[in-house]
Amino acid sequence: MPAPARRHPHPREKRMVFANIDRAGYTPDIECYLRNGGYADLKKAVTMAPAAIVNEVKASALRGRGGAGFPCGVKWGFIRPGETKPIYLICNADESEPGTFKDRYIIHQDPHQLIEGMIISAFALNVHLAYLYIRGEFPLGAKILEQAIAEAKASGFLGKNILGTGFDLEIYVHRGAGAYICGEETGLIESLEGKRAYPRIKPPYFPAVLGLYQCPTIVNNVETLCHVKHIVRMGGAEFAKIGTPNNTGTRIVGVSGDVQRPGYFEIEVGSMTLGELLNDLCGGPKPGRSFKAIIPGGSSAKVFRADERFKIKTKGADGAMVEKEIGVLDIPMDFDTMAACGSMAGSGGVIVMDDSRDMVETLNNLNQFYAHESCGQCTPCREGSLWMRKVTDRMLAGGGAQSDPATLTSVSNNIAGKTICAFGEACSWPTMSFVAKFPEEFATRATKPVPPPTPPEFLSEALTEGGH
Amino acid sequence: MQIPTELTAQIDEAISHYPVSKRSASLPLLHLFQEHFGFISDEAIEWIAAKLELQPIHILELVTFYPMFRRKPPGKHHIRVCKTLSCALAGAEALKAKLCEATGIPCDGHGGCHNGHGDSVTVSPDGKFSIESVECLASCGSGPVMMVNDDFFEAVTDGEIPQILSKYK
Repeated sequence: MPAPARRHPHPREKRMVFANIDRAGYTPDIECYLRNGGYADLKKAVTMAPAAIVNEVKASALRGRGGAGFPCGVKWGFIRPGETKPIYLICNADESEPGTFKDRYIIHQDPHQLIEGMIISAFALNVHLAYLYIRGEFPLGAKILEQAIAEAKASGFLGKNILGTGFDLEIYVHRGAGAYICGEETGLIESLEGKRAYPRIKPPYFPAVLGLYQCPTIVNNVETLCHVKHIVRMGGAEFAKIGTPNNTGTRIVGVSGDVQRPGYFEIEVGSMTLGELLNDLCGGPKPGRSFKAIIPGGSSAKVFRADERFKIKTKGADGAMVEKEIGVLDIPMDFDTMAACGSMAGSGGVIVMDDSRDMVETLNNLNQFYAHESCGQCTPCREGSLWMRKVTDRMLAGGGAQSDPATLTSVSNNIAGKTICAFGEACSWPTMSFVAKFPEEFATRATKPVPPPTPPEFLSEALTEGGH
Repeated sequence: MQIPTELTAQIDEAISHYPVSKRSASLPLLHLFQEHFGFISDEAIEWIAAKLELQPIHILELVTFYPMFRRKPPGKHHIRVCKTLSCALAGAEALKAKLCEATGIPCDGHGGCHNGHGDSVTVSPDGKFSIESVECLASCGSGPVMMVNDDFFEAVTDGEIPQILSKYK
């Protein structure tokens, strides 16, 4: 089957990381990359002091593009000066958050951009061994990256004495095997150590202190590492002019679900509203339909109801903070306003549901995902994610009890904040927000007066009265 | 269990990528074994454990944790269909039903034959195809998506199914 037609960038996009994606005649080999100015930024970087590169990244105010939006320069700054243990760099290419599809295109179409970003980052952080953790379901992507690494090595950009600087670096591709939790950085590290991907508790296991093999480790997303290359080229201050303060640079957003033209777009952060993205770039709802629900930043982000309104504080013309009321489609595509409206920009994956969709069914799909992907380490998440799934399964099968919406809310409230890693929040936020924002749909599916029969062993007097 | 020379070389290469800890080579070795033998046998688990100076349980616990590893042989060609939200909105359930119909695999009509870590793979009676519902394949803008072996197909329509399957003899 031929791949769908390559799409041209929308005029409102600002393509940096995706500059070569879907470009006619652009191929993933190093010759093509070099013809297009590839590795020039690395050549510039090795003339700089490593600390100067870190300072440029700090000045850029680049925030991590994997989902949490943590400032990259701050993360890098956690590596202690004069560190004596080996320092490792890991590229997180475990792209698995439902609704997120961006790293896939960089890996398959422009792998050298990522490799160059990794080499520059490794040089800045004094790393000599780096791993590229790619999800198992990208077998072709893994081969393309291995090929790119071999080409870079043959050209002297990797291996011993890179570009005659005396700096050595090896990068190896490591394939995951289908577990979403490997996208969590400490779970990823455990997985890379050859174990089950059980996330580690923080403190003490902050990767920058006790990461891979108990050594300082920096884990960055694919898109973040690509941005480093552009920061070196243009300088941190120049990069910070793109976007809005504290929400700098460009980012790739992916829109899927019920819009006329789903797809990926690289936009200046905060340069357009969610409504402009969905209506202007994606063509709006399908004919005769209207938007009902929007998940703005990957499936773990809390859902918005299309008619919801928010009061947010913005800086007025005179510099004073003013409160203004906005609708969902007026929310700018940035990190901070998304958070102020109670959700998150997350991984940039926007999932849209129109008025033909059943919200219980939608939530059930996500509950199935989270129940399947919980690593099983913490009881609230392992049991709770399955419990939430069972309740929505039951509601869909016609057996929903009147108490089910309250049960869903109670279970989700007892997971978030009570687990080792953020999967607890990730799996409970969809349930919390869907039930809270679409109560009428959940009530319609929850009409039976009593919950289904309780297994007899739990009804025994010994257990309910006085017994233990 | 015969380990061909070529596979031995790949195994040694994989181990060399982890100068700090051989245990890190567990997943790469499992991938190599599954690619070669189609699934992970008890013998494979013991062999990998011995090679990496681990106990077999250290390998078994990975096979039971990571959904991609199988304990039983799949069909000659293995199909993965994404079932997560964006693909579901784009008709993943119908796609899977059509694939089941085209390959003669019994389907329960609820978007999945099986769903879970234990035995998530269903094989067609002639052994030619097996099918598995998987979680998000990260191509949400072009759903519904599926893979056959290592090949990826996006925005799959019903009409394309015979053409896709006919490529796999």
